[in-house]
Amino acid sequence: MVEPVAIRITVNGVEYEKSVEPRLLLSDFLRNDLGLTGTHVGCEHGVCGACTVLVNGDSARSCLFLAVQLDGAQVETVEGLGTVHALHPIQKAFHDCHALQCGFCTPGMLMTTIDLLKKSPLANDEQIREGLSGNLCRCTGYENIVRAVRMAADELKAREANEAAS
Amino acid sequence: MKPPPFEYLAADSVDAAVQALADSGGDGKIIAGGQSLLPMLNFRLLRPSVLVDINRIPDLAYVRDDGDRIRIGPLTRHHALETSNIVATELPVLHEAMGYVAHLAIRNRGTIGGSLSHADPAAELPMMSLLLDARLEVQSLAGRRTIEAQDFFLGALTTALEDGEMLVEVNLPKLRKGTGWAFEEVARRSGDFALACVAVTLNADGGKISDVRIGMMGVGETPMRATEAERLLAGQRYSDAVVAAAVEAIRVAVEPNTDLHASSAYRRHLVGILAQRAIAKAWDRAMEAAHG
Repeated sequence: MVEPVAIRITVNGVEYEKSVEPRLLLSDFLRNDLGLTGTHVGCEHGVCGACTVLVNGDSARSCLFLAVQLDGAQVETVEGLGTVHALHPIQKAFHDCHALQCGFCTPGMLMTTIDLLKKSPLANDEQIREGLSGNLCRCTGYENIVRAVRMAADELKAREANEAAS
Repeated sequence: MKPPPFEYLAADSVDAAVQALADSGGDGKIIAGGQSLLPMLNFRLLRPSVLVDINRIPDLAYVRDDGDRIRIGPLTRHHALETSNIVATELPVLHEAMGYVAHLAIRNRGTIGGSLSHADPAAELPMMSLLLDARLEVQSLAGRRTIEAQDFFLGALTTALEDGEMLVEVNLPKLRKGTGWAFEEVARRSGDFALACVAVTLNADGGKISDVRIGMMGVGETPMRATEAERLLAGQRYSDAVVAAAVEAIRVAVEPNTDLHASSAYRRHLVGILAQRAIAKAWDRAMEAAHG
């Protein structure tokens, strides 16, 4: 039996101290140890993108991260985005554009979109498609997802312009 | 789909990392970005006794301009290489290649040292290190040694790294001023492994092709240089006939696999088309540089 290792990790602004087995994946840590089941587990080998979260601000596959590596890290999951009554602009755009059907890929799509629009706020449709290429969706055919990201990008830009003006 | 048990050690220096590797007696593994290692662990294709994490070692992620060479730290993330001004200026062909490496979330985390050490035959960085005549610096308890990229890739997922050795720096010569270059890849989906890929650098000296290098991948057990095609092009005036002969030599030299994604015959056809396009594009860029 391998000795568990103590880690201190901040998830959605809440600090946790936990003891983890070295082989525990971040995805399982979030879902099973913290009860944050918004992060979905699809393929568990870095292909489907469903488990994408932000680690220290950058998108990452939580199935390709060991929890033990994250001592001192900041993690953000879909639970940190918005609430049912106050959707994040990206969530609102997905809602408005009918960019989800079964919803399984959606948390990964949302977290990927956060990073994509942070790194390329002026992304055109081709860049959006490239940016989402690591996330599989089996329902929508992607068109509405691309539309939603486009809408979210425009909305975020408009907000930024408003904030700069005020 | 969960990793087998292993001990975990976060090394705070390269010395500590290679000591831990040595102590493991050959079944320890370095974890850098983990973007290839974790899938293999999740599939239980590997059962290391200890994972030696190098992410907390300071000063292993850098791109440095060192006169006529560029030095890259092993923990440099793909996204950092993709957005490095030094790479964009001095090694534009590498800058272009980085856009093809996997997907954003993987580029955020994956590293050059990990990609080279993993040696996937259809990955971009092993091929680019071969194309650009990289020198790979490796370290073990016995000290440091240099391995030329051409001696590094021995087979699919097999390198010249010995037990206990860690890749500690990638050292690349800058491209000569006026070098023409091109990178051509076809994959089923943006960011997927290549069905075939060709990259070229060359110069136009007095209207003739010189210093030509052609790298290929996806069409064999390791990335390859198209040495016969390079020989056929060197010193020649650019013409469709000369390029056609080089393309033919490439198609003869490769032995691609058939798999779910493409047949051997299709990959052989494809690598020729990509080579033709890449040579033409590199030549145009070299001529533009010569006359611009």
